[in-house]
Amino acid sequence: MNGYAGSILRVNLTDKTVSKEPLDPEVAEKFLGGRGLGAYILYSEVPKGADPLGSQNKLIASSGPLSGLLVPSASKMDWTCKSPLTGGYASANVGGMQTAELKYAGYDSIVVEGASETPVYLYIDDDDVEVRDATPYWGQGCITVERALKEELGQGFQIATIGPAGENLVKYACIAHDFGRRAGRGGVGTVMGAKKLKAIAVRGTKGIPVADSREFHRKALEMYRAIKANELLEGWVRFGTAATNAWANEVGTFPTRNFQSGAIEGYEALSAQVQLDTLFIRNKACFACPMPCGKYGYSRKHGVYVEGPEYETAALLGGNVGLLDMEDLAYANHLCDELGLDTISTGNAIGFAAECFEKGIIGTQETDCIDIRWGDAAAIFAMIEKIANREGIGDILAEGVRHAATQFGGDSGNFAMQIKGMEISGYESRGGATMLLSYMTCDVGGHHNRSWGITYDVQVGGSTISADKAAKVIELQHKRPLFDALGACRFPWVEIGFDLDQYAPILKAATGVDRTTEDLLRVSERIWNLTRLYWFREIEGFGRRWDLPPARTWRDPVSSGPTAGKRISRADVETLLDMYYEQRGWDENGFPTAAKLAQLGLTELAGR
Amino acid sequence: MYLLADSAKCSGCRACLLACAVFNAGSPIWGKPSQRQDGSYGENNPKKGALAIETQFPGPDIFKVRTCTQCGACAEVCPADCIPQDQNGVYYIVQEQCLGCDCLKCAEVCPEDVIFTHADYEAPWKCNLCGQCAAVCGVDALSIVKA
Repeated sequence: MNGYAGSILRVNLTDKTVSKEPLDPEVAEKFLGGRGLGAYILYSEVPKGADPLGSQNKLIASSGPLSGLLVPSASKMDWTCKSPLTGGYASANVGGMQTAELKYAGYDSIVVEGASETPVYLYIDDDDVEVRDATPYWGQGCITVERALKEELGQGFQIATIGPAGENLVKYACIAHDFGRRAGRGGVGTVMGAKKLKAIAVRGTKGIPVADSREFHRKALEMYRAIKANELLEGWVRFGTAATNAWANEVGTFPTRNFQSGAIEGYEALSAQVQLDTLFIRNKACFACPMPCGKYGYSRKHGVYVEGPEYETAALLGGNVGLLDMEDLAYANHLCDELGLDTISTGNAIGFAAECFEKGIIGTQETDCIDIRWGDAAAIFAMIEKIANREGIGDILAEGVRHAATQFGGDSGNFAMQIKGMEISGYESRGGATMLLSYMTCDVGGHHNRSWGITYDVQVGGSTISADKAAKVIELQHKRPLFDALGACRFPWVEIGFDLDQYAPILKAATGVDRTTEDLLRVSERIWNLTRLYWFREIEGFGRRWDLPPARTWRDPVSSGPTAGKRISRADVETLLDMYYEQRGWDENGFPTAAKLAQLGLTELAGR
Repeated sequence: MYLLADSAKCSGCRACLLACAVFNAGSPIWGKPSQRQDGSYGENNPKKGALAIETQFPGPDIFKVRTCTQCGACAEVCPADCIPQDQNGVYYIVQEQCLGCDCLKCAEVCPEDVIFTHADYEAPWKCNLCGQCAAVCGVDALSIVKA
């Protein structure tokens, strides 16, 4: 099957059986691959009401049709499951090398079903697939196990692991790969831990067929040449996403002390140049990527290597907890990397705990005598360990801030910075209505990467409430996740202005299926509506209320910085939602209308 | 002329391995450098490239790139005398004359360990200095230089 490996690998961990089935070309055409394939399998196979930590949930790892081909940054794997953090849809994306290797082994997707009673890892070497004992590795860190398995099996194996956080069922445990790459959000690592799956190791030696190899060669070279000639390339590669650290403070969107403010005094200490000077060893790229964002480095102060910190980690484990030391931030990053914690949810949760502590809602009795103060590195490191090991207050925070607020009490629910149960990521949004709406309507909860609307706010003015902003969010929610379905990284397009229309032609040369960019964006819209249906199906009473942001949005003015004083009123929040639903073709409760479902060919699937 | 790799710049992306295979793998003139590849074959399979990136997870010197330096040791030892040199000094394996993978004296003697084999092919292959690897390297770690 041109462009694809053509096969789905199913692994049942309850009875340790393995089976392979052909990838249905109709499903591939309707949903492309990657996140689309994951959403389709989740919706059609995981029964309604399944316990996310139970054996009925499935963990679906999918490459896309571009993964492993000579296409810039064709490196992305999607991990999809029912989320233990939110109870709804979870999809986390990871770069590195494994998605390509999976296709070379002959599989587009791995569907992990059931659950093992004892720790296991999945071994894939082309056609040879085994469920192997992982007891010796259980309890060890993500990077430690990746190193050990590479030494045991060979450096050519590409490996995904979970750490103690996943084993301990922390609700925002992540899946680790290639040292510093993570499928971070929504508890995909938690589900892997619930299945007692410690690692997945893949090696493949096969090639991926393409439909028109002459045209494919030509387009591939053209794409790489265009990136190499791009005038933004050098600046991008120098700093990676850390270039956003200072910028976010300058525009007032940098999460500061549990999103109380949009800028932190002394933010220059976290600038990309400081990171370069303090930590940097070399650039580290994902598969086939000519514009590496990974900055591999070393902290002499703490004696640890870290890939990063990248922007989100600098935001949530830096500004959001008041931590202004680059090496301490690197160490916090390293701890989360080894323990297998999503740095975004972890930094958000610690910031929440710190604000509760500051306000006297919790005290040293609840925190086992740790003074969780802003910028106190030792306290922050201790909190990370407590969360990963579910100790004391860590056991409450491990459930997520929505739950923690119910336990801490007071008015903490108003500043538990979550949407749909997922901790909000690195953009304080009271100064940016597009970004706020992006967070409210993101398909997995409070995450930014579907619609990075903040640049539009900076361009047209953050406080405006307009239908244009709703339109922009929808446009981005189709363009950005398209990459997740293609199995390639969106950074060439997002960060250095690579032409989006280049992808449809090379996809055609690879798969033989003729589609325009518009056709591909319809696939994105189809996936978006399907996952919206999933939330309605799985969560009793789901609807408009679940798209609302925390009450801090309208209650608390931004305390300092360029957006000081800003709030977005409850009335404006509702207006933004109305505009969004209308343009999406959803009813006033945010449910896709019959007409919209018919337009997208989802009527039959919706009926299940 | 030969392919020079600056390992200090390598980011480990492997686009080079992939480009090499996409433009050369399985070509009937594989290894013959002076003819243009017509693009009708090739494979998206980095295991069929003609250079190598060594990784030791993830260590400070994490990406060591090995390329053919066109030293000629393979040509000297070849019992079938099927590794000629073109006008640019590039050695290439004439696939039809090669004794096949039962011989592999070239691979044994190669000081860079950059003579490659794969179960799909009867003869080994090596770098033909086509330059496609350098064309896709985003960090300029590869270049074609005069000896």
